[in-house]
Amino acid sequence: MTPLELATSNGARLQNAHAGAALAIRGMTVSYGQKPAVFSVDMSVPVGSMTAIIGPNGAGKSTLLKAALGVIKPLAGTATVFGQPVADARARIAYVPQRASVDWDFPTRVLDVVLMGLYRELGLLGRLRGTHKAKAMDCLARVGMQDFASRQIGQLSGGQQQRVFLARALAQNADLYLLDEPFAGVDAATEKAIIDVLKSLRAEGKTVVAVHHDLSTVADYFDRVFLINTTRVAEGTVEEAFTPQTLQEAYGGRLATGQLGQTALGA
Amino acid sequence: MLWHALTLQLGYNATLVTLGAMLLGVAAGVTGTFLFLRKRALVSDAISHATLPGVGMAFIIMVALGGDGRSLIGLMLGSAASAWIGLLCIGALTRRTRLAEDAAIGAVLSVFFGIGIVFLTFIQTMSEGRQAGLEGFLLGSTAGMLYSDAMIIAVGGALVLAAVIAFRRPLSAVAFDPEFAASSGLNVPRLDLIMMGLVMAITVVGLKIVGLILIVALLIIPAVTARFWSERVTGVLWVAGVVGGVAGYVGAALSAIAPALPTGPVIVLVLFAMFALSLLFAPARGVLAAVLKHLSFQKRVHIRQGLLALAQGQPIYEKLTLRLLQRAGFARADGVATTDGKARAAKALRDETRWQMARSREEFALAATFYDGLTEIEGVLTRDQINELDRLIGAPRGVPV
Repeated sequence: MTPLELATSNGARLQNAHAGAALAIRGMTVSYGQKPAVFSVDMSVPVGSMTAIIGPNGAGKSTLLKAALGVIKPLAGTATVFGQPVADARARIAYVPQRASVDWDFPTRVLDVVLMGLYRELGLLGRLRGTHKAKAMDCLARVGMQDFASRQIGQLSGGQQQRVFLARALAQNADLYLLDEPFAGVDAATEKAIIDVLKSLRAEGKTVVAVHHDLSTVADYFDRVFLINTTRVAEGTVEEAFTPQTLQEAYGGRLATGQLGQTALGA
Repeated sequence: MLWHALTLQLGYNATLVTLGAMLLGVAAGVTGTFLFLRKRALVSDAISHATLPGVGMAFIIMVALGGDGRSLIGLMLGSAASAWIGLLCIGALTRRTRLAEDAAIGAVLSVFFGIGIVFLTFIQTMSEGRQAGLEGFLLGSTAGMLYSDAMIIAVGGALVLAAVIAFRRPLSAVAFDPEFAASSGLNVPRLDLIMMGLVMAITVVGLKIVGLILIVALLIIPAVTARFWSERVTGVLWVAGVVGGVAGYVGAALSAIAPALPTGPVIVLVLFAMFALSLLFAPARGVLAAVLKHLSFQKRVHIRQGLLALAQGQPIYEKLTLRLLQRAGFARADGVATTDGKARAAKALRDETRWQMARSREEFALAATFYDGLTEIEGVLTRDQINELDRLIGAPRGVPV
């Protein structure tokens, strides 16, 4: 067991582990109606790591992220980012919501979407200047979308939309990147472009947490895993937490044993 | 007379009212754009109908306090209070029960309007106060408007417009992506409340001119019309402001020469004319443009399919295909290819063969996403890449490279 794992099972040392964490969630419970979607979840993401949140459909993966961000109000629980309450650490957080959560016929261009990542910096009455546009163009270039800057967003393919969302998060210039299913329904070229950007973020010392659904790429893309099925099932490095046993526990009968053996390490 | 009205030559008061209505129209168009983008257009209908009990109550209270009940400010305050209660009811019904917002809107709208009509009917039986003209709040009227009334409307419209412009960035961020907006620290419920508050202010300010039944038109139709002309929020805001301003101006001017005609319906008719023109003739999103685009696409598909059939020596069964090929000079009436047609057919087949090869090879995966059966591969790949494809295809079947 790593010190971090020991700490999470030990109340006294929990405090210490959380102090050094990029994202620390404690006792998070979210419920839609009477049924909890996330129940009493603890999570601790070390600085500079790349974590995949995985679990079956309806396991509360996206809900956990949104509750941590304060996008939805949890029934109980707290989240801190670099030791601060989330509300005080907004400037250090970037978020990529699910692509399907917005209307892509909205009257806006690709560059305008990326500029939304700079609104906090701009404030209510700040003027949009050439430097802001240059910054937004840089972010588009990092995801290979610079040629699409003046396109209407409705004309983009799914993969291109996802890249624009990532560019907007890059514009936020944060230390912690939270992504909700960034690889869902995208083409192979986009998947590669996104993972390259995420790995370059980690190389810069940033922390990345992504809700992920493709078990076959977990070990290639991420160094840590958080398995959830309403409650926390396992958390740790890929070697520790991404095993046939933990997957069986999280997915139950929903994964064929053969599939478990192929995807998980140590089988 | 019409010309005089439109060029503001009907006297000081009529001019002021017309300009006030124009300013109100601009403010309503701009405010309504955010409502439209947030997909909450119908809430404004509930807000406006919910003003009626307040108008009645304010009249009764003012008469009870010894006035004649006609102070526009007093009636506005009353309507704002009851509109706010209506808004809170919709919020509570949506959050605390399992009712969807559309059901909550329907319930609140009809109940408040019903209560308001009961108040108005009761007021007609009162012996005190000057109730004549109160029904002008239903459909709008500029008749008998005072200088002070026009000033209230103009200043109110200008204030709302300034507020909306100040909040344009957070409001559009929330309209496009509320989750992202919340994650970046914007208070989404509060911004929604600010937007609703501004819509309510427009409704209350415009009550006298447009009337509560039709004010929703002045909030929503400019935005819907503007959407045909622009693909950017800023553009939609500008066009919506102009459309709303024109409607307010023309509506008030016409109603100055025809006082019997309620202003609201005139404004709606002007709005409808602009909407209909946009729907039909807007360059990118209009109906006519869509039909033309579809026809030209259909023609390209048929010609391509026809050429491929000719190249492979297959008969052409579809009459439209044959007619289009004939018109382009690629085939004769009996379906036999002309010399020109044979050359084009061979070229089409070669293009299609290259596409098939490109789509079957992983190294061309990115290019393959451009395949739509119509785009020529020479516009997508470089000369070298095409040479590579031809090498992979091997000896082309009877097609000179």
